Amino acid sequence: MAGNGSLHFFSPAQYAVVEAACERLIPAVEGHPGARALGVADYVDGLLGAFAVDPPRIFAGGPFSGRFGGDASFADFMALSRLEELAWRTRIEGSRGIPEREFNGPVTGWQQEYRDGIAAVGDDFCALDGAAQDARLDAVPDFKRLLYRHACEGAYSAPEYGGNRDGLAWQAVQYAGDVQPRGYTDEEVSGRE
Amino acid sequence: MTARDCDVVIVGTGPAGSTTADVLTAAGKSVIMLEKGRNHLLSLEAPFEPLGHVSNDELKFVFRHFLGPDPFLEPRTFRLSDDDGDRLFTGGVNNLPSTVGGGGFHADGKLPRFREVDFRLLSELGPIEGADLADWPVDYDEMEPYYAEAERVVGVAGDHTENPFAAWRSGPYPMPPGADMFCALVTAEAATRLGYHPYRAPTGVNSVEYDGRPACNNCGFCGMFGCPIDAKGDPVAPLRRALRTGRCEVRPESYVTEIVLDGAGRRAQGLRYLDADGVQREVTADHVVLGAGAFETPRLLLRSGVGDPDLVGHYLMYHFQTFTLGIFPYRLHAHRGRSVTHLMDDPIVPDAAALGAARDAGLPWFRGGIVEHGGAAHVIMEATYSPTGPHHATTMLSSPMRDRMAAFTIQGEDLPQHANRVDLDPHVKDVWGFPAGRVTYEPHRHELACSEHWQPRLEAVMREAGAEVSFSATSPPTPEQVRRHPGGDPTPMSRHVMGTARMGTDPRASVCDPWQRLWDVDNVMVADSSVFPTSTGYGPTLTIVALAIRAARALAGLPPLRSDRPAPV
Repeated sequence: MAGNGSLHFFSPAQYAVVEAACERLIPAVEGHPGARALGVADYVDGLLGAFAVDPPRIFAGGPFSGRFGGDASFADFMALSRLEELAWRTRIEGSRGIPEREFNGPVTGWQQEYRDGIAAVGDDFCALDGAAQDARLDAVPDFKRLLYRHACEGAYSAPEYGGNRDGLAWQAVQYAGDVQPRGYTDEEVSGRE
Repeated sequence: MTARDCDVVIVGTGPAGSTTADVLTAAGKSVIMLEKGRNHLLSLEAPFEPLGHVSNDELKFVFRHFLGPDPFLEPRTFRLSDDDGDRLFTGGVNNLPSTVGGGGFHADGKLPRFREVDFRLLSELGPIEGADLADWPVDYDEMEPYYAEAERVVGVAGDHTENPFAAWRSGPYPMPPGADMFCALVTAEAATRLGYHPYRAPTGVNSVEYDGRPACNNCGFCGMFGCPIDAKGDPVAPLRRALRTGRCEVRPESYVTEIVLDGAGRRAQGLRYLDADGVQREVTADHVVLGAGAFETPRLLLRSGVGDPDLVGHYLMYHFQTFTLGIFPYRLHAHRGRSVTHLMDDPIVPDAAALGAARDAGLPWFRGGIVEHGGAAHVIMEATYSPTGPHHATTMLSSPMRDRMAAFTIQGEDLPQHANRVDLDPHVKDVWGFPAGRVTYEPHRHELACSEHWQPRLEAVMREAGAEVSFSATSPPTPEQVRRHPGGDPTPMSRHVMGTARMGTDPRASVCDPWQRLWDVDNVMVADSSVFPTSTGYGPTLTIVALAIRAARALAGLPPLRSDRPAPV
């Protein structure tokens, strides 16, 4: 996606900031790729721009990904119900003064939180050294917390959601991810290895 | 008399509602089931096969509310006591799935029976100040054939000879146990060496092909997920049987707004609900069965003005969970297997040390709950607990919080306290415009004292098993911890909820009679764990199913089941 496909929400400049910030939160170490290599920013862009495609990129399909047999269907995202769409649009876009979204008051959406957070860390963010970037993120703890939560999701969720490129994060931590319809043998469950 | 839409209308398609539908339709009754959530479980057209919506997807199930309730659409509120003002917290509170299949959908299916004493806590052990202990209006001997039937309908795998504390049984489990998880073998061996009594957990998951459904293949996406290959019987087995009779109709995305009563308020005419498009509709029936769970059932009763509000919603019980974690120097791969494969009952059967500790705490006794031998399974959750920066990846690679972690969970018995309750929040609303359900809940010092007694004992088991480090925590956090960390999450992670429409023999002290019918409305029955007078230290589901079989058979005019106790050898 990054550099290859179109962005669903971020401008290229915003994407670059998110990518650099996520790399501070999950940097590459020996044996484990960092957020940039894992495509974490693609995951976040896909989440904030979930409704730019139909069906929206909220619930991947099933039952199988094809990685362990069966027909691959994770990439066939599921249609939302009327109420699920209301919830996810509100969560992502904010309530925007729409009464049916404000039954408990107005809601600031993630899109606005990211716009504000990206602006707060400064449009020179990408040019700073690591320590300075960390300081900028520490100055916006709520945004840092949101970004980290999404970075974790983007690093370790099924690749169909846009991150965990080629399953590299799972490989690094010795985790197979989804395993249906193969499953595990009794020996694999009970044995030490 | 105008024709009714059906003989019985049921709220909820979880274990309670589905079991009730199965019994009633087999007896020739017509049933309409109204389910608030979406249907991801099985097609509602013959042959009622799986829909293919269920997948090994941690993001979808654990982080994106796929099974509902979505906390934006259906917020719940929480406080410890009335002293905390209107609420301390808004969001997800003990959220059991809101979906076709209900609480059974995501459960890993540990299905133990209660024991004889669990039905007679007050008369056998005696009262405890500050709690309203009560005997159940049934005893184990009466329940035994319903337990056996529940195990057969759902399909439970286990070995009945392994638990020395278990109650008598009329026969073995329908299936033998499935594969033992490696981490549980490690901790069970250590527990045995230290004098405890672990046994393979009775589990409602096929160990062989059963009921036309395949054996489990141990994919590890078990508790908190759903089974992609239909190896788990609860509640798909009874629900599918009901649908196959042709006498059961399931209406998903149907939010029941109220129970419609006749002019005198003594009989229900049916239910009013909002359909998937928000259009108001009604179902009329001869009988109404509430199987919405111990949070939503009292909420529906309260907003319908049914029952005594000084009883309805009160005596809310969870299980006060104690987690003892052990970090091992080698990998345990608890992501392979059925979440938990071993249990031990020892904390429920007090020994001299426990009785002494209870007295030291100023209690006549305390009882804990089953200890589940499990581990940690999935990576997004592990990542969220890991640090940011370079230590993130090094921590994930070393995996002390997942692949090298074993976990004991005690399902600690909650005492029934009147002040612990579900009521209607004065301000927060759900998306349909109705008051959100509010929980007021604080553990009794019984729960706290019992947890404090068992934490070092289970930590000793972990160290005996080879853990380098062992430590304990509780869920919910203790009231002292909540008050020291305002702004944290004070709610219980437990997905067990009970007690809010307790059954009994005295209409002044209970909401339902011994057959789970409301005292106040002649033709309304509560089928779920709202009716439990006490919580016990066992998961509730098998008892929910067994009770529902008993109550539904009575509703249908069928004779009670009986079983014979085997002669002692």
